[in-house]
Amino acid sequence: MDLLIPAMLTIITAATPLLFAALGEMVTEKSGVLNLGVEGMMVMGAIIGFIAVHASGSVTVAIFAAVLAGICMAAIFALFVLTFHASQVPTGLALTIFGIGLSALMGQNMVGIAYGGMPKIAIPGLAALPVVGTLFFQQDFLVYLSIAMVAAIHYFLHKTRAGLILRAVGDSHDAAHAMGYSVIKIRFMAILFGGAMAGLSGAYLSLAYSPMWVEQMTAGRGWIALALVVFACWRPVRVLFGAYLFGGISILQLHAQALGIGIPSQVMSMLPYLATILVLVIISRDVSKIKLNAPASLGRPFHPSR
Amino acid sequence: MWPHLVRRRLPSKAMVYLSPVLALVLSMLAGIILFLIMGVSPLGALHAFFIEPLSSVYGLAELGVKATPLVLIGVALALGFKAGVWNIGAEGQLTMGAICGGVVALYFYDREGFYIIPLMLGAGVFGGVAWAAIVAFLRVRFNANEILTSLMLSYVAGLLLNMLMHGPLKDPDGFNFPESRQFSDSALLPLLQEGTRLHIGAIIALAAVALGWLILSRTLLGYQIKVAGSAPAACEHAGFSHAKIIWTTLLLGGGMAGLAGTIEVAGPIGQLLPNISPGYGFTAIIVAYVGRLHPLGVLFAGLLLALTYLGGETAQIQLNLPVAVTGVFQGLLLFFLLASDVLILYRLQFGMAAPAVETS
Repeated sequence: MDLLIPAMLTIITAATPLLFAALGEMVTEKSGVLNLGVEGMMVMGAIIGFIAVHASGSVTVAIFAAVLAGICMAAIFALFVLTFHASQVPTGLALTIFGIGLSALMGQNMVGIAYGGMPKIAIPGLAALPVVGTLFFQQDFLVYLSIAMVAAIHYFLHKTRAGLILRAVGDSHDAAHAMGYSVIKIRFMAILFGGAMAGLSGAYLSLAYSPMWVEQMTAGRGWIALALVVFACWRPVRVLFGAYLFGGISILQLHAQALGIGIPSQVMSMLPYLATILVLVIISRDVSKIKLNAPASLGRPFHPSR
Repeated sequence: MWPHLVRRRLPSKAMVYLSPVLALVLSMLAGIILFLIMGVSPLGALHAFFIEPLSSVYGLAELGVKATPLVLIGVALALGFKAGVWNIGAEGQLTMGAICGGVVALYFYDREGFYIIPLMLGAGVFGGVAWAAIVAFLRVRFNANEILTSLMLSYVAGLLLNMLMHGPLKDPDGFNFPESRQFSDSALLPLLQEGTRLHIGAIIALAAVALGWLILSRTLLGYQIKVAGSAPAACEHAGFSHAKIIWTTLLLGGGMAGLAGTIEVAGPIGQLLPNISPGYGFTAIIVAYVGRLHPLGVLFAGLLLALTYLGGETAQIQLNLPVAVTGVFQGLLLFFLLASDVLILYRLQFGMAAPAVETS
């Protein structure tokens, strides 16, 4: 138990950024847009959050700043894809390349500065419970928020009218357009939401997961989040499950070293990437399953004039 | 009145070629704004970025050195992108090529012989092809998205190189630095111009451009690639095997990237290091797009993007600007290119909104 609780705690911290980013991307994809720029939005959230916490001294300000950074990045993507009809795949790649470059430029004076980490919030009463209390009720604000987001997005997508419209836009933009819904406006909002969540994810990385700034500190998590959406078949609760599974895999490295297992650390670091490939293969081999679950208009451009 | 976009009856041929120029101008304007924000004289910065590197023989040779891997990979990626095959893991394939070519060089480190370099290049191609073959297999057999698998494998390749540098391939007399032995003279590419670093890899890159052009415009495969990308349904009706196109374009990309990796370690670097590429595999994606997915265009785009690397280095030395400016500029260039491309299919109309042109 002495070993298990710290391990479980690191799983939660490793899973939270993946959860935010994957949930946001899932909503974007539900509207029919594939944004491959998650990594770029995330890394911008990380650096802006980190700069903001040092400039203002306030975690709240830092979180808002990171969300705003994610939204700004997503707005660029939305502008290009929706207004200029740019192709989604290369535009997303450009967003990632741009974000990695810009964050490195902005963060050049932030390297080597430490930050104390986010304060933990103990839920009164529940936090005192043995094991469960330590694990689930003495976390920082963003962990609680990420779990709340799973429920909120599930409710939004499957129980509200607005969620139904969003899914309709993603499944058949022509039909949604014919029914009088503004496809472009709805997609714009969905992309911005994805950006905000990627910003949160980045903020979690640089404020809580490893509270400092390192160039390209997202280390492919944005791409893993993209794979998680496929793995989850575009369902929020499965995204939660997937994020925690991957959180578990990515912390194996830390604990294998602590236990003195003689595997090179690089091999352990490969695991999340190899696991991503593995789950993609397992999920994707059933073509009909993907076809049934993926938004039918995913990645297809929409031209309202037609 | 806001200008708005109206669909053209036919795509504009002129805009296909003007769009990269427009994108370059817009990126430079954005760059000027960026330099102003950073408190650097824009004229000085632009001079350091675009003029200074081109004003000496050494600078021009360096341009060739940096353009070589970009063009090699860019040509192959262009063919893949044309067919709708998204290999964005060229960085990993380059790394595997460097490892395989490097292992051959280190195996023969105390020997001389003309056979060493061809063996290294062959091993490099093999490394890249093998790495890309995983992607192709998973895509064709299991329908796994090649964007994600190729990218994940890039991270794996980077970690593998790092592990080898800290382990079996470390220089035994190297004071425990994570670096390999220096390659012997027989494992280094011959120089084209003494006093510079320009090596015969540049010739290989030119040959790759010619080969790419030949494939695209003179072979059935080239035709199939074009059809697969622009009209996948027609591709199926014509009886072209989509699986074959995925395999061919991915292996071609992997092979070229692997070759580029070996050329890097056997050329300008001369040994294996934990970091062998400043993101050539990713920048080659931009090269392919700026080059309009055409081999000849890729050649020019490769030189342009090579200049951004070189300019970044010059700006770092002369103006103390961070190297990251290069990445920002490359990202901006791709953004503005994608935005400018809208003018291929649409035209700007000012004034009253007219009914959209219907095309059937």
